[in-house]
Amino acid sequence: MEAYVQKKSAEELKPPLTSVGVIGWVRSNLFKGWFSSLLTLIIVYCLWVIVPPLIRWAFIDSLWLSTGAECQQSDGACWSIIPANIRFIAFGFYPYDEQWRPFAAMALLVALLFYSRNRNHWKKSLAYAWILGLFLMGLLMKGGLFGLIPVETTQWGGLPLTLTLSIFGLTAAYPLGIAFALGRRSKMPTIKMLCIVYIELIRGVPLISLLFMSSVVFPLFLPEGVTINKIIRAQVAIILFTAAYIAEVVRGGLQAISRGQYEAADSIGLSYYLTMRLIILPQALKIVIPPSVQQLISAFKDTSLVVIIALFDVLRTTQTVLSDPKWMGFSAEAYIFVALIYFLCCFFMANYSRKLEKELSTEEH
Amino acid sequence: MNEETAKSTDMQAMAESMIEIIDMHKWFGDFHVLRGIDLTIHKKERIVICGPSGSGKSTLIRCINRLEEHQRGKIIVDGIELTNDLKNIEKIRTEVGMVFQHFNLFPHLTIIDNLALGPIWVRKIPKKEAEEIAMHNLEKVQIAEQAQKYPGQLSGGQQQRVAIARSLCMSPKIMLFDEPTSALDPEMIKEVLDAIIELAQEGMTMIVVSHEMGFAKSVAHRVLFMDFGQIVEGNTPEEFFENPQHERTKLFLSQILH
Ligand SMILES: Nc1ncnc2c1ncn2[C@@H]1O[C@H](COP(=O)(O)OP(=O)(O)O)[C@@H](O)[C@H]1O
Ligand SMILES: [Mg+2]
Repeated sequence: MEAYVQKKSAEELKPPLTSVGVIGWVRSNLFKGWFSSLLTLIIVYCLWVIVPPLIRWAFIDSLWLSTGAECQQSDGACWSIIPANIRFIAFGFYPYDEQWRPFAAMALLVALLFYSRNRNHWKKSLAYAWILGLFLMGLLMKGGLFGLIPVETTQWGGLPLTLTLSIFGLTAAYPLGIAFALGRRSKMPTIKMLCIVYIELIRGVPLISLLFMSSVVFPLFLPEGVTINKIIRAQVAIILFTAAYIAEVVRGGLQAISRGQYEAADSIGLSYYLTMRLIILPQALKIVIPPSVQQLISAFKDTSLVVIIALFDVLRTTQTVLSDPKWMGFSAEAYIFVALIYFLCCFFMANYSRKLEKELSTEEH
Repeated sequence: MNEETAKSTDMQAMAESMIEIIDMHKWFGDFHVLRGIDLTIHKKERIVICGPSGSGKSTLIRCINRLEEHQRGKIIVDGIELTNDLKNIEKIRTEVGMVFQHFNLFPHLTIIDNLALGPIWVRKIPKKEAEEIAMHNLEKVQIAEQAQKYPGQLSGGQQQRVAIARSLCMSPKIMLFDEPTSALDPEMIKEVLDAIIELAQEGMTMIVVSHEMGFAKSVAHRVLFMDFGQIVEGNTPEEFFENPQHERTKLFLSQILH
């Protein structure tokens, strides 16, 4: 064998020109080989056929502030249906003159949510702010104090209802789900059995049937004269349903934590509760941020199922507008608008989860 | 002070026993892992345990702080018998520190938080004081400058030194080491052994499962050889290495010393 000793160390070189810059990008991403080129051409053709007419319908020929009758004459989109009915879509049958109240409540909610986005604000004072905020929102919606006219919950509807059901649903379901996940891994057989039975039972039925049960079957078990508010019953059904799914997601995270973590916690004398709170859950929950948010997003969208027990969430108020003869036939526009509302909320959730994941990452970058 | 005189002065302090294990048995299902262990460890005594893989070394030391439960016999640590009484178990765990083969640091906490956690939550020491304790122990293992990093950013040797410091923050009376250097790259073994040797010089009672024979010779008062869940032979390091009595000890030593 010939001996080898390096005489001169290699210099650092720039990559060849054809692989960088705009041309390089187009070549390697759009026209790499005949199959890729063909796909690119087909897609460009489809966009050419679809996009211009769509833009024409939505923006050029469209009407934004007209009456229903004017809309019937035009070919374009009739966005006018939204501004003309926005207050009913947003607030349902809430008394017209009092609608500033749900509006204020929602503004407060959005402000609190935005403030809570920043993890540096997660202090005790924020918890008090939320408690106070929720109390104020409840007061605004329900009235009866400080000269506010009382408004029956049967008149609540639209966005406030959707947001109430989902935000309470999600915030209550998450801790409950964690408790069920821990219970399912408990060493105590009774607790373990109960949790398994609960999770599997709930996962085995659709949300619709739970909602029906809460509104039809459940009242049969109440003593004569006792009634529980319909919104609360739907709320409980949503919480119980979501919690079962969250429990399974969290359990997946718990399984990913190695035995060594439990042993290290045990060996410094931490109790079960502290081990979970300080060591295991922070790690497990971080791992399951993506699937948890997936669950929360789908639970948020599922709140629209409450229409079947005659609650007027934002989807139902929109449908009601569509049954008005003046605006008949513009369902596409109305549904696009509602879809946009749902999309925005879900988008914020997904976006926030990605941000959170990044902030909590402790790996080397 | 040379090693020999250091050892003999320690010997005189060892009248009292720190750990007493009497005819202790343990099973994993049907598998008889520990088959009658009798062992007394005195205050300030340092024991090195060696033996083939699967012989029950880890299980033995894990029984001492009740990470594993024994099923027959007695274990008495610092005068407290290990039973199912949760209060006793938690008390013993604060007095017995343990260092694991794979470090088991908490990856979501900074180094200083890893160390201060026990003092704050178990010993109920105020945060500021706990952090002082943590920094003191980090300095002891010469790693204070890494206090604000996360475990994933440190080398294996550094992580193991942090793990040692974490145990020390609870001011334990006994330290257990389960193969503290066998997951490390060769160039990092020395820094970890040095940290353990420094502890030894302070008179810590310790049990070390290790196959580092040079280390055993320089710090151990006694070397034990385990095989098939029993203690086959135990002697001073000089006698143990120069003049092993049992056939299986001889075989084992010839395998690891080539
Ligand atoms: N949790 C457990 N369940 C069942 N068997 C185990 C468990 N832990 C260890 N063992 C078995 O017990 C024996 C002794 O293990 P261990 O004490 O880890 O040996 P060593 O540390 O000497 O290599 C091994 O055969 C191992 O497979
Ligand atoms: Mg072992």
